[in-house]
Amino acid sequence: MAVLSIGSALMVVVSKNPVRSALFLVVTFLAVAVFYVTLSAQFLAAVQIMVYAGAIMVLFLFVIMLLNLSAPEALKERGTIQRPIALGLGGLFIAALVVSQALLQMPTPAASEEQIVNLGTVQTIGLSLYNPNLPWLFPFEITSILLLIAVVGAIVLAKRKLD
Amino acid sequence: MFDDLTHYNFTLPTEWHGVYLPGLVPYVAIAFFLGFSLALVPFLVYMERVVIAFIQDRTGPNRVGPRGLLQTIADSIKLFFKEDIRPKSVDVRIYYLAPALATLTALAANAVLPAQFLYFKDAAGTILTVPFTVGDVNIGLLYILAMSSLQVYGVVLAGWSSNNKYSLLGGLRASAQLISYELSMGLALLCVVLLAGSLKLSDIVAAQNVKPFGIDSLSEVWKGSIFSWYWLGSLGVPVVLYTIAMIAETNRAPFDLPEAESELVAGFHTEYTSMKFAMFFMSEYISMLTVCGLNAAVFWGGPLPPLNIWPLNAVPGFLWFVLKIMLGIFCYIWLRGTVPRLRYDALMNLGWKRMLPIGLIWLFLLAGLNLLKEPNDGVMPPNPDAVPQVQVAQPTETGRD
Amino acid sequence: MVPTHYYLVLAGILFTIGVIGVLVKRNPIVIFMCVELMLNAANLTFVALGRHFGQTNGQMYVIFALAVAAAEVSVGLGIIVMMFRRRETIDIDEVHLLKN
Repeated sequence: MAVLSIGSALMVVVSKNPVRSALFLVVTFLAVAVFYVTLSAQFLAAVQIMVYAGAIMVLFLFVIMLLNLSAPEALKERGTIQRPIALGLGGLFIAALVVSQALLQMPTPAASEEQIVNLGTVQTIGLSLYNPNLPWLFPFEITSILLLIAVVGAIVLAKRKLD
Repeated sequence: MFDDLTHYNFTLPTEWHGVYLPGLVPYVAIAFFLGFSLALVPFLVYMERVVIAFIQDRTGPNRVGPRGLLQTIADSIKLFFKEDIRPKSVDVRIYYLAPALATLTALAANAVLPAQFLYFKDAAGTILTVPFTVGDVNIGLLYILAMSSLQVYGVVLAGWSSNNKYSLLGGLRASAQLISYELSMGLALLCVVLLAGSLKLSDIVAAQNVKPFGIDSLSEVWKGSIFSWYWLGSLGVPVVLYTIAMIAETNRAPFDLPEAESELVAGFHTEYTSMKFAMFFMSEYISMLTVCGLNAAVFWGGPLPPLNIWPLNAVPGFLWFVLKIMLGIFCYIWLRGTVPRLRYDALMNLGWKRMLPIGLIWLFLLAGLNLLKEPNDGVMPPNPDAVPQVQVAQPTETGRD
Repeated sequence: MVPTHYYLVLAGILFTIGVIGVLVKRNPIVIFMCVELMLNAANLTFVALGRHFGQTNGQMYVIFALAVAAAEVSVGLGIIVMMFRRRETIDIDEVHLLKN
């Protein structure tokens, strides 16, 4: 499963056709949703599929297809000099990551219990979200306003001026 | 919640020759649901022909086999033998992926429908209740909504890979319709989740197994009866919302502008012939079965009989489930034969400007009624992080500055 | 139970792939998709560490990050569409100046 996610993420970057990139990104999102399930975050997995893979990527595909419609040649890629530098730095980062994880000792989870299976259920998340003692209530309310602002902004941006 | 769900007429033993029977339930359920969906599709095609003919006052299929029963087989043989044309300039992999994706997600959503409750009695005599589902996940409803979101891809990719401007636009319009009605569907289902208190489909069915409106003075006959199902419990409106949204989600009856276009100008499956078209067709019928199944489980009581008296009780639950699905599909076909097609902007208007506000208002209404029934007595719910938590940084004011 | 640092390394690898994508690609839509990939890698890290310490805080962050990402995608794609309408090309090397 890890191989699938890394492979499809690589194909996102590698493939020349933006629609194929988008589809590989969808596969990556689905793989990440599976990871969430193994990390006992079931609600989050379903929400990830619904929001990311189901809505955001559809939006991406819409835009790619509509832009393709008007100018099919505008979306091709060309090779540049940035590529080897980027690959080199990326490789260095990954190497550093792997080495550090091999040497590092995770702080022993003094807090990890056996009721972890219940960690991601809707009830638990709901209790955390609406609890006035925890700091998550305020961002919840603000997010609704944020989404409203985003909707208004998107409509304003995409409106054509009526001459 | 599960005790005396219905008058259980037989219980299975938990162990049988050393095999733990409740563990086998998902596998049997996979076979059952797969077989059910795939085998019912030909029957549905035939049923649709017959019922539409009846509504339109003409004879239905009567050439092939006795009363035209073999009609679907004749149709599939014809489709199978048609030439498999692939236009030269399509994107091959996406072209073949799209119908497969549509069918796959439609079938996958079938996995959480509760067809029946099985009762296992183990050696100590305790009754173990297992719903007959492939996976009774505790996010069951969200899972079906997520699979519906993925179904949009089948349409979009089909439209794009045909390399045909009309196909592309038809596909994009169809997928815009699907996304819009997902919202109303979600809101209607949320009303039910509010009442049932859980996203698990078996919990929702069990929550319908009470006396209507919690009135205790009624006799046992009315327990889990037709008046305690959520079509009435949520005061009527979410059923209507959900039914309209489900018809729009499956691109059927009054909302089938994407399909009609394929007869007139072009549609997202113009360039698809024979088996690929058959797969699209099949995926439409399977998703019809799935959303009708969800309708039956959530609003119409799933495996519960309409009255809790003896002859109706003895009928096993999944027969009731299938009966309700069939009634739902009959309504589908009835609407197709009766109501004219909606124009695209009228369709979008309905989805966004009428159904969405009604859904939201109803959600608030039901939340208010729920609160009146069981008022909060000011006790704080327990903090799920039972350990002294790491000090989370308090969010600063997110105002503009 | 898979040790948590496996998930961290995986998220790190996904993140670097996203970074490479942002640096290398020329089509701003694909660059945007790689930004989403980076966001997902960060979300995965949060959930993994949240489970490691047995708290729901990890998942709560991810819920909000998901909502914010959705909002950001819609606005960002609106910008790209407008940019494309102005200049008929979206090759990022040619539209890198804010003029026009």
